[in-house]
Amino acid sequence: MITAFAFYAFAAVLIASAAMVVTSRNPVHSVLFLILAFFNAAALFLIAGAEFLAMILVIVYVGAVAVLFLFVVMMLDVDFTRMREGFQRYAPLGAVVGAILFLELAFVIGAWTFAGDAEELRLSPMPAGGVSNAEAIGRILYTDYVYLFQAAGLVLLVAMIGAIVLTLRERPGTRRQDIAAQIGRAGTVNLRAVPSGAGLASLGIERPPSPEEERRPAPVAVGHDGHGGGHH
Amino acid sequence: MSWTLALPEIVLAVAGLAILAGGVLPKRDTFFPASMAVVGALLLTAVLVIGQEEGTAFGGQYVSDSFSSFMKLLTILGGALGLLLALDWNEKEGLGRFEFSVLVLYATLGGMVMVSANDLMTTYLGLELLSLPLYVVAAFNRDDARSSEAGLKYFVLGALASGLLLYGASLIYGFAGSTNFDRLAEALSAGQQASPGLVVGIVFVIAALAFKVSAVPFHMWTPDVYEGAPTPVTAFFAMAPKVAAIALLARVLLGPFGDVAAQWQQIMLLVSMGSMVLGAFAAIGQRNIKRLMAYSSIGHVGYALMGVAVASDEGLRGLLVYMAIYILMNVGTFAVIVAMRRGGRAVEQVDDLAGLGRTDPGTAMWMAVFMFSMAGIPPLAGFFGKLYVFLAAVQGGFWVLATVGVLTSVVSAYYYLRIVKVMYFDQGVGALDRAPASLSVVMAGTGLFNLLFILWPAPILAAAGAAAAALLA
Repeated sequence: MITAFAFYAFAAVLIASAAMVVTSRNPVHSVLFLILAFFNAAALFLIAGAEFLAMILVIVYVGAVAVLFLFVVMMLDVDFTRMREGFQRYAPLGAVVGAILFLELAFVIGAWTFAGDAEELRLSPMPAGGVSNAEAIGRILYTDYVYLFQAAGLVLLVAMIGAIVLTLRERPGTRRQDIAAQIGRAGTVNLRAVPSGAGLASLGIERPPSPEEERRPAPVAVGHDGHGGGHH
Repeated sequence: MSWTLALPEIVLAVAGLAILAGGVLPKRDTFFPASMAVVGALLLTAVLVIGQEEGTAFGGQYVSDSFSSFMKLLTILGGALGLLLALDWNEKEGLGRFEFSVLVLYATLGGMVMVSANDLMTTYLGLELLSLPLYVVAAFNRDDARSSEAGLKYFVLGALASGLLLYGASLIYGFAGSTNFDRLAEALSAGQQASPGLVVGIVFVIAALAFKVSAVPFHMWTPDVYEGAPTPVTAFFAMAPKVAAIALLARVLLGPFGDVAAQWQQIMLLVSMGSMVLGAFAAIGQRNIKRLMAYSSIGHVGYALMGVAVASDEGLRGLLVYMAIYILMNVGTFAVIVAMRRGGRAVEQVDDLAGLGRTDPGTAMWMAVFMFSMAGIPPLAGFFGKLYVFLAAVQGGFWVLATVGVLTSVVSAYYYLRIVKVMYFDQGVGALDRAPASLSVVMAGTGLFNLLFILWPAPILAAAGAAAAALLA
């Protein structure tokens, strides 16, 4: 009873927020509704007993994908009124195509029947005997589906190479951290035995000169910019 | 489970990782050594493919038979030759980054995965592995607005096609109860009427694959992408992805859905006819040779799909022969187009070829050979490609299809022969630069194939026959 109620509640919110993703005028609102939709889908997975998928959905889609969307939508200054300019012109054609697809789908759903033995026909049924579903997924993902798993890995690798190739620019003038130079710099660290209670100034402990100051003979005592250029 | 069956794919994937690591570490430019290593890896893979046993692996997700070996060899050939065309071009255009060769390698691998797919999931992952590197190499000249536009356009429409494929696959799984091709074939051979859901699923899958081979009515992206992408990339687009996607289309339609051929045959007939007609008429007005080749490739896909549409043994054999010959005509033509430079700048108008017959008789002669072959004039190889698909259509009783095919090839002969006329009879504005040695070798090799195919066609015909028999067994 409670499960059924929870299912309908989450499903209703899911569908409503999915509709809002498409219809809301402000793209930032759309992304926020998308996040709400992801959370409700995760809840549906939980009700179905697939807690691993539910957590992955929240972590990957809400944590990474949706936040990335939000970033892109906020950072890019997209003029949405200009993008809607062609809408009036193309709306009739789009409506016709949409209506045809919708009719076809109606036919398809009209012919939908559940096979009597649908439970047994499942491609990878849940193993019996107290196996958690993270373990059950792991068992088939790295054995039966290792080929597809590795292929998916290669797709991601290619995506990474592509992103780097298309965006990375080597700028010749940039300063980079040179760790060897940092470590090899002499005279930067002194060890002194300091009696407790004495101030640094009264002991006459000086800080070592920065490279700029070494080059310039007249040092300025206060307000130095201190950190040798680039050695952050 | 015998994972060793997939050895060619595994070796190629690991070689790609090794080349990637080897290219990142040195500080200097490694485009040339990396490309040579990729060509070497592709050759090694080709040898492994030839020695590959037959059977299925990974619980039926992967299949190896003579059909897959034939198409894989063509895919590898397309990848290797595409990379050879890029060697000189990328150096001159400042695109000599080693990632290019690695991306070509992974695109070829994706094509091989598609060709060997025996499951809708493998199909999808292979398609993505093929498409993703293609989007990137299309935009590889990132400072050029046309190249970026080509990459973006291809990416957006390609993502739409992937969505269609997934939607169709989910409908097929929902209504037939499996994603595995063998089990789908069992489920569909039971003889009852195919349910509407299944038919809609098949239509979506056909639409997605037709997008990848740029068949009408899913061709709109082709001219823009072919024109904007760097020329060697365009050559690659016209080879490896088309071979892989056509192989997959043939395997899906003639394998698991062979028993419901009545449901999809009309669609394929229309797609084939539309592609032939559009390829013939839309190319006539083109002045840019890359756009012209884009429409030409749409037309060629139409002839090749004729072999699928007739759904017979002869048709499939015709398709295989056609693809083999198409690859070798196409790469030769693109070798000439890649070599088109005047004063160090790449030119791509048909009129830039004017006077080539006097200034560079060698290149002009090979280009004439390729154009005659593309037009299907005997005794060149292109004639035999068309002959076998037309023969299959006639034997299958598809008279309308065969007539449209013959008429459109007459129309398309006009624009192929116009290029020959421009080269030999028009007054040029100045000589083109000399073609670099690597391109001359490719031109000569493929040109000789096109000339001499008539003398020794038996090996390709026999291999294609065996491959067709393996798929329809």
